[in-house]
Amino acid sequence: MTAPAHQPTQAPYAYVSPIPVRRAHLGDALASEWTKIRSVRSTMWTLGVMILLMLALGLGVAAIAAASQRAMSEDGQAAMVEESALGFGFFGMLPAAICVITLGVLTIASEYGTGMIRTTLTACPSRGRVLAAKAIVFFLLVFTVTTVTAALVAVAQVAIVGDIAAEPTASEWLRATAGAGAYLALLGLLSLALGTLIRHSAGAITVMIGLLLLPLVVGLFMLSEALESVREWLFTYAIPSQMIALYSDQPPFGDGPAGWEPLFILAGVTAVVLGGAFALLNSRDV
Amino acid sequence: MIEAVGLTKRYGAKTAVYNLSFQVRPGVVTGFLGPNGSGKSTTMRMILGLDRPTAGHVTIGGHPFRQLPNAPRQVGALLDAKAVHGGRSARSHLLSLAQLAGIPAQRVDEVLGVVGLQDVAKRRSKGFSLGMGQRLGIAAALLGDPQVLLFDEPVNGLDPEGILWVRNLMKKLASEGRTVFVSSHLMSEMALTADHLIVIGRGQLLADMSVTDFISANSADFARVRTPQTEPAQREKLTAVLTEAGGQVLSEPDGALRVTGLPLPRISDLAHDADVRLWELSPHQASLEEAYMRLTQGAVDYRSTDDRLAHLQPAPHPGQPGYGMPPQQVVQDVPQQGWYAPPPPGQNPYAGAPQAPAPGPYAPPPAAPPAAAVPPSTTPQPSDTTKDAR
Repeated sequence: MTAPAHQPTQAPYAYVSPIPVRRAHLGDALASEWTKIRSVRSTMWTLGVMILLMLALGLGVAAIAAASQRAMSEDGQAAMVEESALGFGFFGMLPAAICVITLGVLTIASEYGTGMIRTTLTACPSRGRVLAAKAIVFFLLVFTVTTVTAALVAVAQVAIVGDIAAEPTASEWLRATAGAGAYLALLGLLSLALGTLIRHSAGAITVMIGLLLLPLVVGLFMLSEALESVREWLFTYAIPSQMIALYSDQPPFGDGPAGWEPLFILAGVTAVVLGGAFALLNSRDV
Repeated sequence: MIEAVGLTKRYGAKTAVYNLSFQVRPGVVTGFLGPNGSGKSTTMRMILGLDRPTAGHVTIGGHPFRQLPNAPRQVGALLDAKAVHGGRSARSHLLSLAQLAGIPAQRVDEVLGVVGLQDVAKRRSKGFSLGMGQRLGIAAALLGDPQVLLFDEPVNGLDPEGILWVRNLMKKLASEGRTVFVSSHLMSEMALTADHLIVIGRGQLLADMSVTDFISANSADFARVRTPQTEPAQREKLTAVLTEAGGQVLSEPDGALRVTGLPLPRISDLAHDADVRLWELSPHQASLEEAYMRLTQGAVDYRSTDDRLAHLQPAPHPGQPGYGMPPQQVVQDVPQQGWYAPPPPGQNPYAGAPQAPAPGPYAPPPAAPPAAAVPPSTTPQPSDTTKDAR
């Protein structure tokens, strides 16, 4: 028993529990968060829908591309696609991002919505540990699920379109599987951090979906010459553009990040917001 | 042992808790009373380190909650029965908390049995009734088998059997040497459960004393005197005699007299000397509820107004015995509802420490009611009727 070592006479309480006392640590918090995340249905629903969307869109687009390409090649026109078949994974990634954002926000904001956060923080006054455990469990879960799904989709896409597309390199394989998984998991982690800051499910999900889609929509209507540079910037750094860049070795829109770079950018942004979430969670009343 | 020193919490311009100092000792059930919005829950949250005090501090066993070495094993709390994720089963909810606190998983099934939820452990808590939710919250508080327990309104929504169970549970926990701090609105329940009371109003300490001290310090005990109904003259005669002897006499609706300020034997002697026969002479001690209402009537934030028909009632008798006013022969009616005489003068209910015992069961006459109260009087009341007319 690792109870406080001082004598019972010095103990501030008269009652001593027979259950052995041991200090809780991050491992306990991880087990707790794992129990939490697997015992609510929204996890199953969002991840299930995400898997379906990634499979359906990734394979559907690949099948359509293969069919039209073959039709064209029968006409004797263009034969080979320059890019590898893995790039079609992007089409499943965009809607999957919405599912991951929802789950990321719900992981923390549902605790605020129900008041469960008070119970949690009473059971573990170390707030940083709670948030760290949430972030780790969430990241690993989403990373695993999306990487496996993305790998399945990638293999299937290469099988469907492979004969008329370029052979993917090892680096492309890695980016299309683990890279895509890490990108989505980081996006979810950013949502979790934002959910911690905003503490409101609907609000945080709206902000994240706005962040995901709005730059492209806004850029679309910046027709004025004077706003050309802003428009270029928005098009290059909007999250969907970054997802496309993740699949290609060369910057897809002339200039900007490509390859692993979008992942590093997102990791940086997520780290900053998560740091803010830690600081605010520690100082704020709940 | 919970110890608060100068605890203050402000939300912007609103002061929720102001300069609150008290101690909650182990071994007894300490009741935490106060009107709605008086700062009870805010205080509980500050004890648990969820809210940061603007000033002052509160410690549990000498440490602030967030610095406790094994907080969940030392402190258990039920703050809000609704504070669970409705999509999670009762068992998963408790299991996640147990894991978080490093408590063995078999303890979960143990507390589920203690609160009687073992049959619905696998059901999602969304479908739970308020009473079942309270039981789940109590289970969460008991999970760590802690020395200090805080319960915010634990009997809300429980059936009579559940209320009895909670009462016995609180007493048992306290008798094991634990510190038990319970807030409640149910005065009758508190009178049966608590040994010690901490009463706050508008965020400030009103009383910190044992239940019996609290009742005697904050209630006017009175004697009920009934004269033969067939002879109204005797009643008037007795009233005059008692008033002359320094007693306060109020008339009850059924014709009995409510006498304060005179001991029972003296009333009997006076009646005998005046040759008045008595049909009843009985002592009455106020309940905890009345004592509480009298203490907190000035600190109630949300007060219902009178029924509109009130202005159609005949005006009560003029005059009110009290300071600067000679004793009136006219017998006052006992105020019917919503108003309790303030505590006797010389006793400061705002004092924190337990006070000297009240001067006898029949205390000196109560002071004139404060202007804030709504005494029966002839002064034109700021009636709600004019507002209604608009």
